[in-house]
Amino acid sequence: MSFLEYHHKTVPTGAAKVLHVNWALVVLLVAIASVGFLMLYSVAGGRMEVWAEPQIKRFLLGLAVMFVVAFVPIWFWRNMAGLAYGLSILLLLGVEFFGSVGMGAQRWIEIGPLRLQPSELAKVTLVMMLAAYYDWLDIRKTSRPIWVMIPAALIMLPTVLVLGQPDLGTALLLMTGGVVVMFCAGVSWYYFSAVAALLGGAVTAVFISRGTDWQLLKDYQYRRIDTFLDPSSDPLGAGYHISQAKIALGSGGWAGRGFMQGTQSRLNFLPEKHTDFIFTTLAEEFGFIGAFSLLVLYALVLAFCISSAIQNKDRFASLLTLGIAATFFFYFAVNMLMVMGLAPVVGVPLPLVSYGGSAMLVLLAAFGLVQSAHIHRPR
Amino acid sequence: MRRSARDTEESARKITRRSLFLGGSMAAVVAVLGARMRHMQVDQADEFRLLAEDNRISIRLVPPARGLIYDRNGKVIAGNEQNYRVVISRDDAGNVEDVLNRLSGILPISAEDFDRALKEARRRSPLPILVADRLSWDDVSKVAINTPALPGVSPEVGLSRIYPRDTDFAHVVGYVGPVSDSDLAKQDEPDPLLQTPKFQIGKIGVETWMEGDLRGKAGSRRVEVNAAGRVMRELGRQEGDAGADIRLTINADVQNYVQARLGEEAAAAVIMDVSNGDILAIASAPSFDPNLFVRGISHKDYNALTENDHRPLANKSVQGAYPPGSTFKMVTALAALEAGEISTSTSVFCPGYYELGGRRFHCWKRQGHGHVTLERALSESCDVYFYEIAMKVGIDKIAEVGRKLGLGMRHDIPMSAITEGLMPNKDWKAERYKKDWMIGDTVNASIGQGYVLTSPLQLAVMTARIASGKAVSPRLIYSVDDKPSAVDPGEDLGLNAQHLKAVQQGMYSVSNSQRGTAYSSRIEDKALKMAGKTGTSQVRNISVAERARGVIGNADLPWNRRDHALFVAYAPYDNPRYAVSVVVEHGGSGSSAAAPIGRDILLRAMSDGIPPSSAYPASQRNRIDTMHRKLELRDADGKLPESSRA
Repeated sequence: MSFLEYHHKTVPTGAAKVLHVNWALVVLLVAIASVGFLMLYSVAGGRMEVWAEPQIKRFLLGLAVMFVVAFVPIWFWRNMAGLAYGLSILLLLGVEFFGSVGMGAQRWIEIGPLRLQPSELAKVTLVMMLAAYYDWLDIRKTSRPIWVMIPAALIMLPTVLVLGQPDLGTALLLMTGGVVVMFCAGVSWYYFSAVAALLGGAVTAVFISRGTDWQLLKDYQYRRIDTFLDPSSDPLGAGYHISQAKIALGSGGWAGRGFMQGTQSRLNFLPEKHTDFIFTTLAEEFGFIGAFSLLVLYALVLAFCISSAIQNKDRFASLLTLGIAATFFFYFAVNMLMVMGLAPVVGVPLPLVSYGGSAMLVLLAAFGLVQSAHIHRPR
Repeated sequence: MRRSARDTEESARKITRRSLFLGGSMAAVVAVLGARMRHMQVDQADEFRLLAEDNRISIRLVPPARGLIYDRNGKVIAGNEQNYRVVISRDDAGNVEDVLNRLSGILPISAEDFDRALKEARRRSPLPILVADRLSWDDVSKVAINTPALPGVSPEVGLSRIYPRDTDFAHVVGYVGPVSDSDLAKQDEPDPLLQTPKFQIGKIGVETWMEGDLRGKAGSRRVEVNAAGRVMRELGRQEGDAGADIRLTINADVQNYVQARLGEEAAAAVIMDVSNGDILAIASAPSFDPNLFVRGISHKDYNALTENDHRPLANKSVQGAYPPGSTFKMVTALAALEAGEISTSTSVFCPGYYELGGRRFHCWKRQGHGHVTLERALSESCDVYFYEIAMKVGIDKIAEVGRKLGLGMRHDIPMSAITEGLMPNKDWKAERYKKDWMIGDTVNASIGQGYVLTSPLQLAVMTARIASGKAVSPRLIYSVDDKPSAVDPGEDLGLNAQHLKAVQQGMYSVSNSQRGTAYSSRIEDKALKMAGKTGTSQVRNISVAERARGVIGNADLPWNRRDHALFVAYAPYDNPRYAVSVVVEHGGSGSSAAAPIGRDILLRAMSDGIPPSSAYPASQRNRIDTMHRKLELRDADGKLPESSRA
């Protein structure tokens, strides 16, 4: 069903929309963000003004943005998808030339007082673009090669730009978010299997060729891969951070060491404790109970999104909701796998909890889209 | 675009199927995450808790206060002083160079220290870096006031060794210094204390030999540290035990007198208690300031010490091995008496030389002594008499008596590089040189030349044994932590009392008969009469040609070719209390260079303060008084007079 087929009269209008907001989802997001405020207060050594206060202000701003986005009809956003995508590509190209570099590799553009990270924006606009594409596309053509190439190109364009920044973490999130939308839109399994097989083959070839005459990469490149995959081979660099993170997490035990009592974070053993590694402080101070509760909150967000997507008969709305949910999922899953030593350190923040403005704003705007889809669903 | 109902249905079903698959996959990942959390936080929690505690808690040693060293009357010889220093913590400082620049505006930091601190900072060690040491309280206060402008800088206080009577005890007590690799290598299981920064360990002398007592036991404190290694707070503290205080047998005032009396000569003197071996003073000159070594001696100062031909760093009193010269004659005499080869009345004719197998051995008196008996032979130091009796008794008996009197053996006192000296016999030469003992060797040995070597300490022991007839052994440690160390008055030497008496009588004549070699150094006080023996030992060979021309006098020779001057003595003669030995390197003759010093030292030991002039012969009193006024002696606190410190 497309929005053209809506019985517009059944869609809530004006103040009535407030009643149709998915309030449970809002409560979940506020709860998750509050966990973030609490932890930011703790890692700052009991001071609000360092991280917690700016984070709360940004969250309130983000919440306002979310509601504004939510109350705008979803078909407006569908029509905006191409524009938004084009804009974020332009911005990505912009940072390539005019951006400032900070914190290693993440790049941003300053527009007035606003500091914008186009790669964050791209995650959402790409999902919008792909959802709109599949909404437009004749369903029977979904799996035809030519019609698979187009979305693949749409994904590759921002991915390559972000990869060039270089920001591997965001690039991976972009790509997986896009692939999930393609998957949900019904692109044939064969494509995914083929790509998976191809990737697997390439990786295997790279590893098997090591040390042979037809070695595919240079020796130093292999060594880089080694440290990437196994940080403990670099005990003073990345390995130190990851092992300290694991110690913090594990030493939390069942109930944790108590609020503001985490020695690993208080004594600076933890790296990046207010951003990428904030989860370890939570796990240290509130233990398994605290850490698992946060995981449950995240899972509930996913459940609400997926259930909303399934119930929604609008193709754009469903795909958009699923894409955003998947992006959100990849965020926290990669972050948690990383701090628990199951994935290499790639620099992905914990959504809504880690300190950082532009990621949170974009994420809340994205949830605004989810809400808009929910409010304006065909009935 | 409108879609057919069939397509719409189909699309919705597909999305539902795929989103359920997606949800399932996500649920699986979430389950993995949850399981991993459970595994780490529940199953492995104890392990990780331990690692976290390991990170957080550090055990730091608390160095104990080093034991003090006192003289026998409780005067401090080696003390501890508060040492203020300033350290900088790299992590808190941010830009170390910037902070150091600001700091050098407040403190006198040498360019050397500045560069060293900067270099250490580049090594990224988490430990605080020492910037300036031995600061005054004023400097430390200045730093404390300016703390806000000096991030990472903090004042610290520690204990450091100080020797208030600096030069007097440099050779006895030695000094401490930073632990070196060779200090560590010497021990199988080095005390972890040695690795603490700025720890001081004994390098030579009593400081090193009594290290075990002086060091004490480390305390410990459990501290919480941050990732940079900085101490955040103290969790617990266990005090250690301070090192044991040591009291020496030395009288600091006598030691000071002896050191001052030796002056700038290359000389050594030992004075010991005849009854129990207590060393009252043991000095080696010239000396040096051990505090220089504690603070880290500069190249310039160190070179000045090593290039000095009087060798201030050598501890001549125990380390120096000198031919004893005529001070050895008591040994030869006792050996001959004990062997029954001579009696006290045996007379020998001295024509000024002794012929042996076509070779002439000269007496120091060219014109000869005529007929001499033991008493005159000792008192006038007739060489020919001893050549003659040595030929009768043989070297092995002489060596046996020499050993009995404490020569050729190591006397175990806690000082460094103690020499064994050399008391040669036939076996020794056979083993050492693979040659037979020659008759001429005996002749040389009989007057303490040739192979015989003795240290001033050995000579003092020899004299004390002759005076007491007992095997007196030197003792330097009076008590450790107020527990007196064992006193050994010594067993009887088993020498015939008559023979000893004869030798003692001869020594008495040396300094009391008008023709005695040390008559001018006699003691006038009847109660304190001294018995002694002078010695003048050659350090060069006198050729036949030189003898023919006439032996060159000491005054005409370069300093390092002149004879060593020696003197041994004890007093009072009738009730011996102290035995003394003096060696003045290249001093000329024993009677003029060494005997006066030996007499002054004995008198000082027997008096309370500077010896009264009444103890001296009337003719010498003015000169002695002048000499005593010029001596720069320390006051009761160990301070030198103002004039000498300029």
